[in-house]
Amino acid sequence: MKGHTITTIQKGITQKEFSAGEIFRQYRKRIDEHKNLNAFISVFDSGNAGEGVLSGVPCVVKDNMLIDGTRTTAGSKILDNYIATYDATVITRLKKAGATFLGKTNMDEFAMGTSTENSAYGPVKNPRDTTRVPGGSSGGSAAAVAADLAVFALGSDTGGSIRQPASMCGVVGLKPTYGRVSRHGLIAMASSFDQIGPITKTVEDAARVLNVIAGHDPLDATTADAPVPDYTKNLNNDVRGLRVGVPKEFFQAGLTPEVADKIRSTIELFKKAGAVISDISLPNFNHSLAAYYILVPSEISANLARFDGIRYGHSAQNADSLLDVYVKSRDGGFGAEPKRRIMLGTYALSAGYYDAYYLKALKVRALIRRDFDRAFENVDVIVGPTAPSTAFKLGEKADDPMALYLEDVYTVPVNLAGLPAISVPCGLGASSQLPIGFQIIGKMFDEATVLHIAQHVERHATGT
Amino acid sequence: MLSREEVIKIAQLARIALTDDEVTKFQKELSSILSYVEQLNAVDTSGVEPLAQVTGLENALREDVVQGVFPPSKQQTEALLVQAPAREGDYLKVKSVLKAK
Repeated sequence: MKGHTITTIQKGITQKEFSAGEIFRQYRKRIDEHKNLNAFISVFDSGNAGEGVLSGVPCVVKDNMLIDGTRTTAGSKILDNYIATYDATVITRLKKAGATFLGKTNMDEFAMGTSTENSAYGPVKNPRDTTRVPGGSSGGSAAAVAADLAVFALGSDTGGSIRQPASMCGVVGLKPTYGRVSRHGLIAMASSFDQIGPITKTVEDAARVLNVIAGHDPLDATTADAPVPDYTKNLNNDVRGLRVGVPKEFFQAGLTPEVADKIRSTIELFKKAGAVISDISLPNFNHSLAAYYILVPSEISANLARFDGIRYGHSAQNADSLLDVYVKSRDGGFGAEPKRRIMLGTYALSAGYYDAYYLKALKVRALIRRDFDRAFENVDVIVGPTAPSTAFKLGEKADDPMALYLEDVYTVPVNLAGLPAISVPCGLGASSQLPIGFQIIGKMFDEATVLHIAQHVERHATGT
Repeated sequence: MLSREEVIKIAQLARIALTDDEVTKFQKELSSILSYVEQLNAVDTSGVEPLAQVTGLENALREDVVQGVFPPSKQQTEALLVQAPAREGDYLKVKSVLKAK
């Protein structure tokens, strides 16, 4: 069940089938009827539609992006009572484009997780099968779009948090190039990785949202001052002659057979359409997760040092000195996963270990980027699975941090390198009958080709 | 395997208090993750420059002038201060840094 896209909303409003206010209320009602999914942390009762390319389009936003005057928790008890005092740049841009906001979506605490079971506000359920996880960390956003509780959503992706839940919920999830979209007003997890992107029902909608949110922002000095093309322009071009690389490392042990089969049959679609398929290698692929789980916790330990119970958020009442306030507020406010990663990062950055862990991981990161750069000398895109399996059962991996980390094995290398990538539904697993995502990775700032290739999958894959 | 003392030391550095059970739990979990990342030692990185910034952007400079939301209005200041657990006027109030004798 897909429901409205940006195109059908705009057509409906223009042809006076419904007003922006009516469609907003319809969606709000749908949200109330689907409370069992636990996809939301906050909902809003009114939306002011402005004029623009997204005029009257109701959307939802992951609860780690600030909307002025509203509660923003990042899925954590430590921010349970925090009220944003300004708009994130992506919100400013969506408001300017006329979009309306239905609510803030549930997520793994501080975006740390691959199942949305790490939320302090309870797990999100997968609309395709409510006994299963929606993926994570943008699980609330992906579930909301899959259940048609919004036309589109924003998520954030540090190691796969847009693409992996999109894959598991059967929707489109785009992680733009690092620096393509401003993170001003995004609660930081790992600043050299984090990127905001759209979760949508169609590839065309992903292109339309990217058109609005992409671009340089003086308030985020890491944004690139590169031109923003119209991403909808070349969506329907022929794929004949495009060079598609398939890394052999993507098809090793760990990939479930039904996912491998579906990915291979999707690659056949390109062969049929005249694209040039070639086998490639990313020799350092197998070291990606290890490098990631040093670098990301290190950045987390620094970014999350600001949550100290002094200026905002949860503050321990039973403390008797300044230090005691810090320690008790953080102890009571953070869940197990942030604590785990803060401690890992603290250890990796501590005296005597910095060179062995952090510096070594940065060098391996350089090798992984070099592997991609070399591959892109001969291909236009790299394709493969988004996740090793379809959605797993709630609780199935909850006590095994390493098993949950392995969920991101195909998405993490992309964030280490900074590249753009999309997950687009390519069909259901032969045995699970659950959605499988096809991942397309592009060259730096070449979202246009990534979207173009994804459009081909959306058109020709069956049973999505 | 990390020792209990090491876990307690890391938690202190990170300003997190742990119960005895949590020390045991994190000792096991952190050790398992650290033993997984040990594989990087086998990678030859001689002559490789570390990569921290993927777009190659170096400095982003601007004129050093007051701009944007600065200076904040009275309402903006209040919106920030009202979130503090303790305040005195326009100041944040904190517990004593040094313990009284």
